[in-house]
Amino acid sequence: MRISARINGSAWSGDVEPRLLLSDFLRSEVGLTGTHVGCEHGVCGACTVQLDGEPVRACLMFAVQIEGHEVTTVEGLAAAAPGEAVSVERLHPVQRALHEAHGLQCGFCTPGILMTAEAFLRENPAPSREEIREAVSGHLCRCTGYHNIVEGVALAAERLAADGPGADRDGDR
Amino acid sequence: MKPPPFEYVAAASLDGALEALAEPSLETRALAGGQSLVPMLNFRLAAPERLVDLNGIEELARVEETESGGLRLGAMVRHLRLERDPLIARRAPLLAEAAPFIAHPQIRSRGTVGGSVAHADPAAELPAVLLTLGARVRIARRSRGGESGSRVERTLDLEDFFLGPFFSALEPDELLTAIEVPPSAPGEGTAFDEVARRRGDYALAGVAARVRLDSRGVCDEAAISLVNGGATPCLMREAARTLVGAEPTPEAVGATAAACAETCEPAADMHANEAYRRHLVRTLTARVVSRAAGRART
Repeated sequence: MRISARINGSAWSGDVEPRLLLSDFLRSEVGLTGTHVGCEHGVCGACTVQLDGEPVRACLMFAVQIEGHEVTTVEGLAAAAPGEAVSVERLHPVQRALHEAHGLQCGFCTPGILMTAEAFLRENPAPSREEIREAVSGHLCRCTGYHNIVEGVALAAERLAADGPGADRDGDR
Repeated sequence: MKPPPFEYVAAASLDGALEALAEPSLETRALAGGQSLVPMLNFRLAAPERLVDLNGIEELARVEETESGGLRLGAMVRHLRLERDPLIARRAPLLAEAAPFIAHPQIRSRGTVGGSVAHADPAAELPAVLLTLGARVRIARRSRGGESGSRVERTLDLEDFFLGPFFSALEPDELLTAIEVPPSAPGEGTAFDEVARRRGDYALAGVAARVRLDSRGVCDEAAISLVNGGATPCLMREAARTLVGAEPTPEAVGATAAACAETCEPAADMHANEAYRRHLVRTLTARVVSRAAGRART
């Protein structure tokens, strides 16, 4: 089935089999392997991407369903051209904050958490620790580093607030 | 862990969806938010031959005020909207209060009210909440041979919709199109709470309550529904009746909570045994009914 959609700001069109999950499509057809596949039944949160700016489980959608929609993956967060190596300076503030707060160990769950956190901070720019915990509760981290993940999101919120709305990110949104 | 092959139909209109569902030779399922159906496909617990995707049908995604001042929620209204829509918060605050308890934000951004109700999961929040509100479901199908018109519609009390665990009154060619929530009466208060081991997990038990007080502060109507309190989402009619005619004092509320705990039929599983679930039902019912009564007073 032929679909056309926008993925990280670029147009994509091509043929996909209806049963192909969005998570597998992003990894194997588009080559965006930053989206990780964990449980494949909507529990672990590793495959979380944004559909029209809202976080969704990519393993609970079919690729054919993104027809006419915009998908953002972790590759779409940093301000870099496609294929360009990303330096720490050009990371998205949420990525930088998680990096600095040691909010990741093995990193498997991190892309999903970033996509949730970015959307969450847009909706709730000054969250409490409790609200942050709730926001990332849909992500399993088997390194169990939740404390620093929460600290990282809190740090990102502070930075984004200091930079002012929209500063240093999302120029195309 | 990958879905089996199926024929995919992206319905653009309600009539298109009903037509695709009406093909008798194919096992067909409607795809709403997919937050329960797609895991079942991934596990191969379900293997329909055709999926009819409802996500492109604009008329199913509307929230409307009815003439009587109630709400009509299109089947494809997503849980996230229950949290954010000011009209819903005003007309049916219980929906806005309960929505954040449904799974996680990444599920609520896709999951739909119609999908949740049609799935008929006794562990889901929305069916219990909507039972408490006295909701009705609108159901449509394409005319079968010999029937006049192109579409046949019916309305069911939600209480008559749930027939068993994951089993509803929907026929294979029928589609749940909307949920109608009656207007709230003056002097009415509602509340919801649940206990889950972790935020976003299925609740061990949950309770939704609606209490109406007359001008003297005496309860003249009460409704209580349980999440995970039986084989279906269940309205506790007998237990709620014990509160009617009484002031919602701690004693009266305690008696109602005890009646709820006694008459519910919770399952025992690895997460909690039956006695503990009854204990939770009792505690939550007392808490939620008191809160609803407090809101009814203000």
